Amino acid sequence: MSGIRTEEVMIASIARMLDGLSHIAVGAASPIPGSAALLACQLSGGATRVSLLGRTSNPTFTDGARELFDCAAQGRIDAFFLSGVQIDGQANINLVSIGDPNKPKARFPGSFGSAYLYFVIPRVILFRQDHSPRALVPKVDFISAPGVSEPNVYRPGGPYALVTGRCVFDFDREAGRFVLRSLHPGHTLEEIKRETGFEFGLPDGDAVPETEPPSSEWLELIRGPVGDEIREVYPEFATRMFGKD
Amino acid sequence: MTNLLASAEEIAARIPDGALLALPPEYAPCSMETIRALVRRGAKDLRLLGVPQFGIQAELLIGSGCVAEVETAAVTLGEQGLAPRFTEAVKQQKIRMRDTTCPAIHAALQASEKGVPFIPLRGLIGTDIAARRDDWHLGENPFGENDPIVYLPAIKPDVSLFHAAKADRNGNVWIGLRRELMVMAHASSAAFATVEEIVEYDLLDDPQTAAGTIPGLYVSGIAQAERGAWPLGVPHLYERDHDHMALYAEMAQTQDGFDAYVDKWVTRKAAAE
Repeated sequence: MSGIRTEEVMIASIARMLDGLSHIAVGAASPIPGSAALLACQLSGGATRVSLLGRTSNPTFTDGARELFDCAAQGRIDAFFLSGVQIDGQANINLVSIGDPNKPKARFPGSFGSAYLYFVIPRVILFRQDHSPRALVPKVDFISAPGVSEPNVYRPGGPYALVTGRCVFDFDREAGRFVLRSLHPGHTLEEIKRETGFEFGLPDGDAVPETEPPSSEWLELIRGPVGDEIREVYPEFATRMFGKD
Repeated sequence: MTNLLASAEEIAARIPDGALLALPPEYAPCSMETIRALVRRGAKDLRLLGVPQFGIQAELLIGSGCVAEVETAAVTLGEQGLAPRFTEAVKQQKIRMRDTTCPAIHAALQASEKGVPFIPLRGLIGTDIAARRDDWHLGENPFGENDPIVYLPAIKPDVSLFHAAKADRNGNVWIGLRRELMVMAHASSAAFATVEEIVEYDLLDDPQTAAGTIPGLYVSGIAQAERGAWPLGVPHLYERDHDHMALYAEMAQTQDGFDAYVDKWVTRKAAAE
């Protein structure tokens, strides 16, 4: 088995968080979580249902674009994935702009469904391959969706973890902060501290565990059936990762 | 009665300047041929509504100076990255931007379907989206206690515009699974569609197609436009043209490049046909 890519470590890390769930939805611009969800489906022998936005084959929904959101509101979706051009230490995410939103220095696509799904889906996993102080900031410039809410706000859902190209953080909802869970192979705690713009907690014990890399059996699935399936929605990603069709 | 129109140009002529124009996401068929016709006719001051988000449709209209305002959950070219003309227009404050989130658009259109003035929606509280929306109202669940909830005003587009695989001569438009198009048509004052094919039988006669068909009751006009969604796709008929989208993304990085794109693929392509 050839060298393991960072994306594959991220896919495996996310897939482990999806074990045993019955319904996982994947939104726009999410090829890594999409691959993780399809891997979880493979590992479950098909027991885990995956709704992949943009897929024409095997549709889950038959009532148009609103059904994903209504389905989530009913508690029928267990896990979802969000990213951000900025993510801060309270798990606020920004998908809109840098600087003053009226006169932004940089403008990004927009918030998509985050301002809703972050509230109603129990296990929202944040992902961002680029782990730098530019992306992981003390405070976001624009809150597309907040990490925590006042106690009287209806909120069965929220952040569960943050998977980057360097490590995995858990989110502690009580404390409202991230706690480092594991370092991807080849990465160090000093590096994470240097490259993270927000404060985070450390796990109990002397050493931070290493993220378990995908086994050769998992890699075969990722590079085989999972790659074939993700290509329908993310052809560029699939070609970059797994080569031409 | 649905008007059977001769071309996408005739649809574009019926979308007035200043209209609130609802457009579908790129994975539902988009009437790119009418978008190009709107650019050719020099439409002005359009207010675009992404249902719930869009890409090259908004790009072509914004880059051509047809747009005053955009309300959408996102503008993106997907794997081809940021939408360059949209990004530039927001940074230079050439358009008014009303950020929102997907289910808020779906819910506000459903309010219009029902003819009610507003609809409550969960989530939203504590976002900068809600903080910047003067038209949204943070209220209370009238049936609960200490349960804040956001009320959204109904959105009633002047026109919704989309593409579909087929329609019949009674103006019934088959959309299959893409039922956001049904909601758009119900909620809008007028709905126009280009279609790949106009069939000679009635789509409502067969229960296999009737369930996925917008009745002509809601459809103001249709026109045939083969490959009318290009460079986007139509599910099960043709795929999104990824190479062309990459070409667009590259050319549109500058206004000059965008203008050259429009000259070649919007203006001269039509003149050659």
